[in-house]
Amino acid sequence: MPGDVQSNPDLSSVIRQPTHPVYRRQGDAVFLSLLVLLGLSIIALAVALVWVLVADGRQALERFGFLDFLTGTTWDPVRGIHGAWPFILGTLITSVAALALSFLPALGVAIFSAEYAPRWLAGIIDTVVDLMAAIPSVVVGIWGIFVLVPWMQNHLYLPVFLWANTHAPELLPIVGAPSGYNIVTATLILALMIIPYTTALSRDAIRLVPRSQREAARALGATRWETMRMAVIPYARGGIIAGAILSFGRAIGETMAVAMLIGNGNRLPFTFFGPAATMPSVIVNEFREAVENLHLSSLMAVGLYLFFISLAVNLVAAWLQRKFVVGGRAL
Amino acid sequence: MDPAADARHVTPPPTADQGAERAAQAAEAPVRLVTEGLTVHYGSNVGVRDVSLQFRDKTVTALIGPSGCGKTTFLRALNRMHDLTRGVKVSGKATLDGHDIYAPGVDPVTVRRRIGMVFQKPTPFPTMSIYDNVVAGLKLVGIRNRAILDEVAERSLRQAALWDEVKDRLKAPAAGISGGQQQRLSIARALAVEAEVLLMDEPTSSLDPQSTLRIEELIHELKQYVTIIIVTHNMQQAARVSDYTAFFYEGDVIETADTDTMFTNPKERRTNEYITGRFG
Amino acid sequence: MASATADVERRRGPSGYAEVTPRNLARRYARDRVVLFFLVLATASVLLALLTIVGYVFVNGVSALSLDFFTQDLGSPSRAIQGRPTGLGHTIVGTLVVDGLGLLLAVPVGVAAGILLSEYPDHPLNPPLRILNDTLNGMPAILKGLLAWAIIVKPMGTFSGLSGGVALAFVMLPIVARATEGVLRIIPWSIREAGLALGLPRWRVVLNTVLPAARVGVVTGVLIAFARAAGEAAPLLFTSFGNNFYSSGLLRYLTGPVDTLPARLYSLAISPYKEWHAMGWAAGIVLLFIVIFSYVFTRLVTRQRHATDL
Repeated sequence: MPGDVQSNPDLSSVIRQPTHPVYRRQGDAVFLSLLVLLGLSIIALAVALVWVLVADGRQALERFGFLDFLTGTTWDPVRGIHGAWPFILGTLITSVAALALSFLPALGVAIFSAEYAPRWLAGIIDTVVDLMAAIPSVVVGIWGIFVLVPWMQNHLYLPVFLWANTHAPELLPIVGAPSGYNIVTATLILALMIIPYTTALSRDAIRLVPRSQREAARALGATRWETMRMAVIPYARGGIIAGAILSFGRAIGETMAVAMLIGNGNRLPFTFFGPAATMPSVIVNEFREAVENLHLSSLMAVGLYLFFISLAVNLVAAWLQRKFVVGGRAL
Repeated sequence: MDPAADARHVTPPPTADQGAERAAQAAEAPVRLVTEGLTVHYGSNVGVRDVSLQFRDKTVTALIGPSGCGKTTFLRALNRMHDLTRGVKVSGKATLDGHDIYAPGVDPVTVRRRIGMVFQKPTPFPTMSIYDNVVAGLKLVGIRNRAILDEVAERSLRQAALWDEVKDRLKAPAAGISGGQQQRLSIARALAVEAEVLLMDEPTSSLDPQSTLRIEELIHELKQYVTIIIVTHNMQQAARVSDYTAFFYEGDVIETADTDTMFTNPKERRTNEYITGRFG
Repeated sequence: MASATADVERRRGPSGYAEVTPRNLARRYARDRVVLFFLVLATASVLLALLTIVGYVFVNGVSALSLDFFTQDLGSPSRAIQGRPTGLGHTIVGTLVVDGLGLLLAVPVGVAAGILLSEYPDHPLNPPLRILNDTLNGMPAILKGLLAWAIIVKPMGTFSGLSGGVALAFVMLPIVARATEGVLRIIPWSIREAGLALGLPRWRVVLNTVLPAARVGVVTGVLIAFARAAGEAAPLLFTSFGNNFYSSGLLRYLTGPVDTLPARLYSLAISPYKEWHAMGWAAGIVLLFIVIFSYVFTRLVTRQRHATDL
């Protein structure tokens, strides 16, 4: 075995521990087996996850057909008709919008912290941002319910709705009746919650850009921002993209705050101010009350789709990072 | 002259005739860059002390000396690179064509365009193509006309002796070319913005001998376009490429002379000791 | 010949220095300033958002923090409405049980996987292990809750602290494994060499020389995983479910439904009772304390380690 040292008989008397070959070889074998066993359980965990979702979701998938379930727009537990499209749509809309909304501010914080702020301030900013990522989703949710929703209702939803009511009634079907719990609220909260991931990875990537790159740009006669734009940010783009994808992945799976703020509306079409749902939110909102086997199975199937989408995002993230990180090729 | 030092020369130093001719030509050129009492403080330490040098138009001046002597510190003061580092103070005067580049109100960004710099490690912008690297400085200044950019790119790459090697792959990533080519690309980048002075900080120390030689040949040609100040720890290189040499030691300029004189008949004892390899 | 200076104009600067100034220089500096403004704006907004959330939690929840809060159990809504003693003592106990169980399950497995990945890099199990571990890391916690529901709650026929603990273990596991691997990889080879040169068998080298050297990093990883899991509500909603009362006897915490802070916070927040909302905020304070404490501890400990490494 690599690394073994054949101790000579004189030395072994000096080393107090028994160097009986059985001790060594058996010990190593036992240890490795233990590690492998425990390591296998992680693999088993991953396999079991897919297995359970498929096994328990099978009833619904067989009943409605894999593709039809995916694209089905009706979700009616009472009548026993289930289609996952509203939730897939809700997840995509909220996640994409949240990423779009949060990307530039998050990158801005990263740039400011990594390049412009004095060291003490950067430390504070980084701490605050990291803490933001650690706040439990339910806590953000309760804040959303009692602080954000009333505020948005008073300052945005109701005013816009009333305006549309009198001046543009044809827009009402899109605007929707405002309850405060809707896609807009959920998207805003999501955007806030995923900022730290983009910021953390971007700022690390920016800090890693070699000083020589900045100096080369400056020596060419670039201003501070031009140096960032020309030399630093492109160099760091791998990390920045990784951060954005990580944020997106988190947005897709974000459950509690969204469930508490999106209004639990299962019917398409979604309106701006009316209730909506995402894949995680519908599972949370309906799982415990689901009585029918078909209902439960459908929720499991939604979970399966959530798994696939999450997996896809992770794979894309890994591929993108490989493609864009500087230093992948010989430099 | 110490015979051991002779043996250490890779190529023979210029002959007395060549040296004299070079010195004569150089002496006729007008003075472009002057420093008077230039001092650089790092906190409480002194990087360079009271340096007063003159650099003539379209000549090559080498700054030599043991490591830590301040030659790079001095070089970086010439294009206000120390502005970017906290805690560094530059005092004294550095004038380009008679105007102090450190005077209040002078824009460092403009100074750096006129006084370009090439670093020890070649630094192309790796996410850009060769072409984009060359014209990067031009785009900063606001020139977007494709025809002008193309023309300047070709001219700069020719001046940097890189055109023939890359003309068919201008859009290829700059990270894909060799170290020596990358260094010539960095030179082309500075030439593209019509830098009048080129500061070179040990430009060949990370290159192989063949690329080194090519860059040294390039310096000979570049002389017709720009004034060059080159920091080098390689004395043979200094002897090969420069018209003038200044010897730095522990922050002071010990001696400055035309290269031929400096290497064959230095006045100061310490200069002689350094050149003959007794220290450094 | 086109000249780069064709677009420039000569201007006399204040020092008399004839600046060859590009026409757009003023515009470039203006752009610099505008960008800086937006950067500061973004940073201030984000900081403000966080402070707002934390601030509201503390302000709204502090009034409900009392001795009763930490000792009484919840009971029915009428208890709170009528002002009788009520609290989340049972929730805190339940959280300790469920999270503790999760740690108990996740740490050995996670550390073991980390050791396998780092110390036996050529083992054939490693590539699938690493890929699947990273995949699990990125999976929403709710899916892990569904798994625990399917393999424990369904056969058992009841919600239980056991299933909750297992669900949280699923959440913690990939984090611990990755952190452990990361920390072990950094340990210099010389430490292993020293152990091997002494004639120690490989397993002793790992356990007695490498792991102790990395113990700070491993503890940090565990703490981070714990803080993450402690805040998760989704996987607990259909495993440990919730309980308004103390459970009778320790065993009941494992075999019956158990209250946990995040799940309880959720129910309190969506309930129609004002008094319960106040306790929800207070539960938020406790959760934030757990999170902030873990974070500060991790930072302090890591910084200390770096200091002594020098």
